[in-house]
Amino acid sequence: MEHGYDRHPNEKAHPGARAYLAIAVVLLVITIVEVAIFYIPSMKPVLVPSLLTLSALKFALVAMFYMHLKFDHKLFSWLFVVPMAIAAAVILALMMLFGVF
Amino acid sequence: MGAHAEEAHHTSTGLNNRKLLFWSFLGSECMFFGSLIATYLVYKGRSQVGPYPHEVFDIPLTSYSAFLLLMSSLTMVLALAAVQHNNRKGSLIWLAATALLGMHFVANQVYEFTDFLHRGLNLQTNLFGSTFYVLTGFHGTHVTVGVIWLWSLFMMALRGKLGADRSLDVEIAGLYWHFVDVVWIAIFTLIYLIQ
Repeated sequence: MEHGYDRHPNEKAHPGARAYLAIAVVLLVITIVEVAIFYIPSMKPVLVPSLLTLSALKFALVAMFYMHLKFDHKLFSWLFVVPMAIAAAVILALMMLFGVF
Repeated sequence: MGAHAEEAHHTSTGLNNRKLLFWSFLGSECMFFGSLIATYLVYKGRSQVGPYPHEVFDIPLTSYSAFLLLMSSLTMVLALAAVQHNNRKGSLIWLAATALLGMHFVANQVYEFTDFLHRGLNLQTNLFGSTFYVLTGFHGTHVTVGVIWLWSLFMMALRGKLGADRSLDVEIAGLYWHFVDVVWIAIFTLIYLIQ
């Protein structure tokens, strides 16, 4: 019982230090690309979709690997993803309601 | 099994109740920060007087803060791995590193807020000031709570009371810390980079 409590049979073992380091390097590179895109004038037309895609990628990497959602029981993923989807829907609905789009 | 280990009690889901409860809490936190981000975005560009975002934002500083939180997420998972393997020295090093990185982030935010105040932006100056301070202030408060939590775990490890049998305590603290990190990922992009 390495993890201090009994895991559900459907849960997989968490990754090791090497995998964590590799994810950190990827996150760092994405952040550098984000900041670079912000400063490059020719990227202005695609600034918003590029930044949204890259930040969604970072978000997913942290949630899947550092928060272990990829390895833990699916119920944990649902408990996180459903409220997040509702929050995103609320943001978009309010922006439309207030004429942002 | 240690005296403080989570007993292998039966639950209707077969999952650990504390972890289930904490994920539910993080779900509610998504809604909380979602509402604050929505308020910022809805009122964006509607301030009648300055200072405006592009006049005060310091992107190099906030990029550095983003780097600090990302690295703290790495040290947090390394701390969890060390605790799970009963590596006391590793637990102490990585928990302290995570807490110090968090403190550095909070210090940067205090510097940023002070700078903004000197430039004439306070909570009541305009819609930008109100929504910005409330959103980032709540995030900074979450980081501060996380730092206190991490130092308390560090003290437990220092007293030899944080072995593998208590690793769920670190895993839950880690979930909170990573959540704070992902919220900053969203804030950094939506508020600072997309102006």
